[in-house]
Amino acid sequence: MRITSALAAVAVLALVTACGGGDTGEPPGGPGEPVKLDFLSLAWQKESVAANKAIVEEWNKANPHIQVTYVQGSWDNVNDQLVTSFEGGDAPDVFHDDSPALAGFAAKGYLLDLEGKLPAALRNDIPQAAWDTVTFDDGNGGQGVFGVPFLQESQVIIANKKLLDEAGVRIPTPAEPWTWDEFAEASRKLTKGDTYGVAWPMKSPVNKVLNLALNFGGTFFQTAGGRTTVKVGPEEKEVLRRIHDQLHKDRTADPAALGMGTADPLPGFFAGKHAMLPAGVYLRQQVAEQAPDDFAWVTLPPLKGTTSHQGAVSQTLSVSADSEHQEQAVAFVSFFLNGRNQARLAKGDWLLPTSREAAADPSINGEEDGWDVATASAKDLVVAPFLKVNGYDEWKSKVATPVLQEFFANKISLDEAARRLVDEGDKVLERYQR
Amino acid sequence: MSRILQYAALLAYLVFLGFPLVWLLSTALKTPQEMAALDPSWIPREPTTANFAAAFGEQDLIGAGLRSLVVALASALLTVAVALPAAYALARYRGVLKRITLGWVLVSQVFPFISIIIPLFLVMRELGLVNTLAGLVLVHVTFTLPFALWMLQGYVRSVPRELEEAAAVDGAGRMRAIVKVVAPLLAPGVVATLLFSFISSWNEFLFALVVLKDPDVMTLPLTLVRFTGPEGVARLGPLAAASLMATIPSLVFFAIIQRRLRSGLMAGAVKG
Repeated sequence: MRITSALAAVAVLALVTACGGGDTGEPPGGPGEPVKLDFLSLAWQKESVAANKAIVEEWNKANPHIQVTYVQGSWDNVNDQLVTSFEGGDAPDVFHDDSPALAGFAAKGYLLDLEGKLPAALRNDIPQAAWDTVTFDDGNGGQGVFGVPFLQESQVIIANKKLLDEAGVRIPTPAEPWTWDEFAEASRKLTKGDTYGVAWPMKSPVNKVLNLALNFGGTFFQTAGGRTTVKVGPEEKEVLRRIHDQLHKDRTADPAALGMGTADPLPGFFAGKHAMLPAGVYLRQQVAEQAPDDFAWVTLPPLKGTTSHQGAVSQTLSVSADSEHQEQAVAFVSFFLNGRNQARLAKGDWLLPTSREAAADPSINGEEDGWDVATASAKDLVVAPFLKVNGYDEWKSKVATPVLQEFFANKISLDEAARRLVDEGDKVLERYQR
Repeated sequence: MSRILQYAALLAYLVFLGFPLVWLLSTALKTPQEMAALDPSWIPREPTTANFAAAFGEQDLIGAGLRSLVVALASALLTVAVALPAAYALARYRGVLKRITLGWVLVSQVFPFISIIIPLFLVMRELGLVNTLAGLVLVHVTFTLPFALWMLQGYVRSVPRELEEAAAVDGAGRMRAIVKVVAPLLAPGVVATLLFSFISSWNEFLFALVVLKDPDVMTLPLTLVRFTGPEGVARLGPLAAASLMATIPSLVFFAIIQRRLRSGLMAGAVKG
C-alpha cells in the first residue's frame, strides 16, 4: 500500500509538473532580444481595463525592443502581493498603487527614486500638489519622488435633478459652489415625506471626513519639534458637527444610510428616498450604469467652507528598485502617463487626471455625466494631511473609525469624540515615533 | 410529528444552504438597473445574459477554470496519497513519534498563513517553482496535509483493530489485511478527505496570488477578483455570472464522488 501510494504521489507530481507549463523566469536577454517588463495594473472597470490594454499595445507596437506584459491585479490584495514580491526579489518592473501605500515601500528601499529621471514635459504637466502626494522619506534621511501620480478623486455631490428642480434650490456651479450653509438649507428643502435631503454613507468615514475637513482648515494632525500629534480643534470639529446636525438636529440625512458603503445608498437614491449623495467622483460611473432610464441626475461641485480645498491622495505608477530595466521602465511610465493617455485613463475610471493637458481634454469636459463639474473640481485638491503621518492606518482603523461611527450614531458627544481621537490617537502615533 | 419537525428542519437547512446560490443565479441574470432596484426580486424582470457575455468576453474564465481544475485535482490526489499511509501509521502504532507528530500537526495549524508567506515564497523561488502550477499544488498539499492527516487517522481508528486480527487469523499478512479489509472500509474517509482537499485548493486565493505572476498561469480565484474594485465596490453582474460558473466544477466533482460518501459500512462488523 505504502509503495503504491508513493508511486501514485510521484506520478501525480510528474503529471502536475508536465501540466505546469509556466517558465520560471525571463529568457536570457541576449543582444537583439527585447527587454521584457511586467506591468501590474489595478484597473478594474471595463472601460479602464480597455484603455490600459490599448495604451500598452500602442507602446509595444512602437517599441519592439521593450515589450510590456500587462498583468491585472486587484486593489484588495495588491499590497500583500507587492510585499512578498519585493521581499522575494520578484516584483513587477512597473506597478499601479496609491500614494498612501508608497510611503512604507519607499522607506524600505523597494522603490526607484524618480527624481531627475522623468522627462521635463511630464514633470511640468503635473502640478506640484500632486507630486507632493508621492514625495516621501527614502529611509536614509533624504526625500525622493517614488511614483508618478496620475488619478485623483474629489468629493462631489450627486443629486436627483427632478427633486432639486421641485424644491427650487439654486443649482451650484464650479464658479459658484454651495457653501456648507447653503447645502444644509437645500437639504432641509429637499426633505419631505419619505425623502431625505441627503444620505451620508459612513461605513468608512475617516478618509471622507478628513478630506472634507480641509474646507474649514481642519488638518487633524500637527507636527511640532519633529513629533506628530492628533489635533481636533474648532476647525476640525466644523465638518463633523455639520454632518451630525444633518443627522440628528435637522433630520435631513437618512440615519439608515450611516452604516452603508459608498455605493449602497444608490437603490434608495434612484427610488427618490435620498435627494443627494455626497460621494467620490467615480461613483458617477455606477449612477450612469444603474440609474433607471427616466432618472435625471446632476453632479454638484464640492462644497465650500472657508475654502473649497479637499485632501486627496493619488493613484500612482512606480518602478521597483530591483527592476533590471529601470531606464526602460521609466520610459514606459512616461509614455503611459502623458497627457493624452491620462485623459483616456481618467475617462475609463471616472476619476480626475493630474495632468494639466489631460484636464483640458474635451473628452472629460463635456456636460454629460457631470464631467465638466468633476474635472473642474481637481483645482481644489491638495495633498491629504494624513498622507505623511506615520501610524495613520492604525489610528484610522483602531481609533478614528469606531469613534466617528459612534459619534455619527449619536452615542457620544462631539467633545467626547474629539477627546478620544486625540488621547487614544496620540498613544498610537507615539509608538510610531520612537 | 417528530418526523415532520425533522423534515421542516431539513428544509430550513436546505433553504439556508441554497439561498446564496439562488441569489447568485438571480443576480447574474439581472441588468445593472435592476440590481439597483430598491425592492429586489428573486426572478429578474428582464433576464439578460449580458453578464455572462461580459464575464467570458473580458476574462479567460475557461482557461483559468481548467488550470484550477488541474491544481485542485492534483492537490486532492496528492494529499490523500501522502496522508493515507501516514494516517494508518499514526492510528495503529503507538510511541513517542506518534505523539510528537500529532502535536506538530496541531502546532502547524496555529501559524497564520500571512506570517509564513514570505519565507514560503523564498523557498519556492529557490526551487524554481514560482509561476508554476506545480508549485501551487505543492503549497496546497502542504497546507491541507495536516488537517487531512488528522481527518484520516480518525477514520482509520474507527475501523476496529479486530477486523485486521480476524484477517490475520485467517492467514492474511499485514499488507493483505490492509488492502483487502481496511482499505474498502476507509473509502468514505478517503472521499471526504479528497473533497476537503479539492475544495480548499479550488477556492484558495492568497498563495495563488503570491506564487502565480504570469497572466497565462493564473487560476480561477485570481481571475474572479478582477471584477472587484477598491473598498468593496464591484462589477456585481459579471462577478455573479463568473462566480456562478466557478461553482459548477466543484458541484460536479461533488456529485460524482458523493455516492461513495456514506458511513455505517462497519455497523455490526464487530460484536460489542
